[in-house]
Amino acid sequence: MHSLLPLPFFHVWSYLQTQPLLGLTATLVTWEFAAAIDRRAGHKPFTNPTVLSILFLACALLITRTPYAAYFNGAQYVHFLLGPATVALAIPMYANWQAIKTHFTAIMISLTAGSITAALSAMLIARALGAPHEVLISLGPKSVTTPIAMGIAQNLGGQPPLTAVFVMLTGIFGTIICTPVFKLLHIRDWRAQGLAAGTAAHGLATSRMILLNETAGAFGGVAIGLNGIVTSLALPLLVSLFGF
Amino acid sequence: MIRALMILLLCQLAGTIVQQATGLPIPGPVMGLVLLLALLIWRGGPDPDLHATAGGFMKYLGLLFVPAGVGVVTELQELKANLAAIAIAIPISSFLGLAVTGLLMQRLSRGRKHA
Repeated sequence: MHSLLPLPFFHVWSYLQTQPLLGLTATLVTWEFAAAIDRRAGHKPFTNPTVLSILFLACALLITRTPYAAYFNGAQYVHFLLGPATVALAIPMYANWQAIKTHFTAIMISLTAGSITAALSAMLIARALGAPHEVLISLGPKSVTTPIAMGIAQNLGGQPPLTAVFVMLTGIFGTIICTPVFKLLHIRDWRAQGLAAGTAAHGLATSRMILLNETAGAFGGVAIGLNGIVTSLALPLLVSLFGF
Repeated sequence: MIRALMILLLCQLAGTIVQQATGLPIPGPVMGLVLLLALLIWRGGPDPDLHATAGGFMKYLGLLFVPAGVGVVTELQELKANLAAIAIAIPISSFLGLAVTGLLMQRLSRGRKHA
């Protein structure tokens, strides 16, 4: 690639690769572009702007042979905001506090059971199919919202970028199958639908629930935050218990 | 906005200090979330500034995952080597998670009024 460029462009390109400006700008431009595609397509699960942006930027890095570290030099300023954004999840959780209090026992039992089922079945299946330790650990928090999932993976010795991919795949798959699954199993209660969507497939499936019913959306929001906390506590125990 | 950002960062900082000091496996920002939730319950809700700033974060949450997600370029070998395991584990576990949570919640909350 480099040798194909005329010399002045090569100098500019090499200079930009050492600066944060290009990585940060590329992230924002790609996001705006992907968000526009998603709007035009009417917010389909497979036009999710996060997934599209990752796809576009990953292809751009591979084609231009830019090392990930050079890109992250700029993108780290966006990445840093995941921390305060995770803390900010407390505000929507507070907004649904009344609903959490009324159904506290039912929510905690259903959510913990579903959360452990999803994490454990994923890790057991992957282990049976020969996936190594690092992949299993990265797979464990896949049902949790991305910032929390990556933190959990990091703490347990997994690969946060791998976890980010698994979280996206789970979100897309969960969003597509949730309504058919609820029909199949006769789950008609909106509270149960929302909680299940938020627990098994985090914000991606919850954003679909919000479109269908307000109560379902609220319970999905509750599930995103609570499942982050429950998985943070339960996954280290599961990992040592089952020797992943 | 700056005051709200300060509150969020202070909660994250407190959570991270606790995490590092105790070695608990819960990420610092998650502890910050719990701390802020406790503060909100105690104080009776967020002020308009914190509410607006948090709303901004929620609106662009999808953007914040992008840099880490692009890190997939460093994991392509690992993904390819475990394609079958991943392609089977994710759909089945997602189905089971949805089914268990949904069925239990429907059964346990039956008869109680909608919140």
